[in-house]
Amino acid sequence: MIKSLVFLLEFLKGLWITAKHFWINIFFNFLKLIGFNIRDRGSVTIQYPEEKKEIARRHRSLHRILTREDGSPRCVACMLCMTVCPSECIYIEAEEDPNPEIQKRPSKFIIDLSRCCFCGFCVEACPEDALRMDTNIVELGEYNREKLIYDLNRLVRISK
Amino acid sequence: MSIFIDFVLIPIIKILVIVTFVFVSVLILIWIERRFQGFVQSRLGPNRVGPQGILQSVADAIKLLTKEDVIPNQVDRFIFNISPIIAFVTALVVFALIPFGAELNIFGRKITLYLADLNIGLLFIIGFNSIGVFGIILGGWAAKSKYPLLGSLRSASQMISYEVALIMSLVSVLFFSRSLSLVEIVKAQQEMKVWFAFIQPLAFFIFFIAGVAESNRLPFDLPEAESELVGGFHTEYSGMKFAFYFVAEFAHVIFFSALVTVLFFGGWLRPFPNVDWLNFLDYIPPVFWFLGKLAFFVFIFMWIRATWPRYRYDQLEMISWKWLIPLALVNIFITGLIVILVK
Repeated sequence: MIKSLVFLLEFLKGLWITAKHFWINIFFNFLKLIGFNIRDRGSVTIQYPEEKKEIARRHRSLHRILTREDGSPRCVACMLCMTVCPSECIYIEAEEDPNPEIQKRPSKFIIDLSRCCFCGFCVEACPEDALRMDTNIVELGEYNREKLIYDLNRLVRISK
Repeated sequence: MSIFIDFVLIPIIKILVIVTFVFVSVLILIWIERRFQGFVQSRLGPNRVGPQGILQSVADAIKLLTKEDVIPNQVDRFIFNISPIIAFVTALVVFALIPFGAELNIFGRKITLYLADLNIGLLFIIGFNSIGVFGIILGGWAAKSKYPLLGSLRSASQMISYEVALIMSLVSVLFFSRSLSLVEIVKAQQEMKVWFAFIQPLAFFIFFIAGVAESNRLPFDLPEAESELVGGFHTEYSGMKFAFYFVAEFAHVIFFSALVTVLFFGGWLRPFPNVDWLNFLDYIPPVFWFLGKLAFFVFIFMWIRATWPRYRYDQLEMISWKWLIPLALVNIFITGLIVILVK
């Protein structure tokens, strides 16, 4: 008998908890609806396409190739990134640079994003600071695979 | 001409209004319930279709109605087709007896806000409810598949145990109303100037629990039991027929809320009839009071669903046979004794 009464008490406690959740959430959702956005109370769902989560500063996003002051890519085709890449998604072909100070430059620099695992090793390896992954572009989906192959021009253009 | 208006035109209008009321409120309730549960669980719930997602259930309804009607090969076709209709029709028919408000005077003509006032009203309702369970039992049986069969067996045993408690809890109300007609029950509460819930709290408690069990809602949704029986009795149903079962379940929720309102909370009567300074409440139309109380009990149904987990099968039986039925018997005995002694 006593045991059953305790049981009922727990039932009422459960009702109290759910009611509390409901009223708190509906109150803050209403506030959000009329313009006051209080992040730390109410439901924490992020309504993705309209509302985006802030990307952390260290987040590794889409690659870009940095340029010198004259606009040519900084890359000297040393092949370090191509060598270190664990998923072998970087392909470089080198050619001679007319400037004797630089000597080498890439004629082809291809990153295949369909293979890339965004480990960031290429950025670590680059001695010229030519490659970075700080564009904050994370929505990289495409409808065909060819579009996922980024060549030199495209990688430089992201930088601008 | 007058006969035509009284017996054909007005009833047809009433039927249309009641059926529309049930359908529209079912559509809205499905949306409200999903959003309510979302907020309880710190989610948002469906909020994409229409403003704040209010058209979600309309979209769902269109999807279900335009879907292919799949009938599995092994099923017993006739019973398989007819059982959703049984569940659906019985859930709708009982609304004919619910008094939504006091009489209205429109163009000098008295219009009652119920479709029928049977003098065996409660018996009719209880009878149709029992038939409604057949929709579930036969549906699961005719599907010839293991999960629906288990679901329908559970439904049968649940009906046997909870129908008894349901009816027994009503007996003590009938001591006071002295009539089975729902309208008379409300009028008895008007004369006594007290709602039956306050003189029969135990009966109300038992009736409400049995009502939750009858409408197959959590914590008594063993015939469905999504997590163990893959949807229970309606596993093999899809499209339109599934929609029938779904509407029937929500219509049951609305109906039981209406019945609780009528039997225990004074139907269309306003609260505090004894307090004089609250007399301005009389200007609010009775239909409003009825619908307000109804909405309150629907809310409690949802609240319970959002809170409590499903009962184990033997616990479910135990609650009915070991607690509710003895309590109802004691309640009948004590109430009867008091009624005799007071007389």
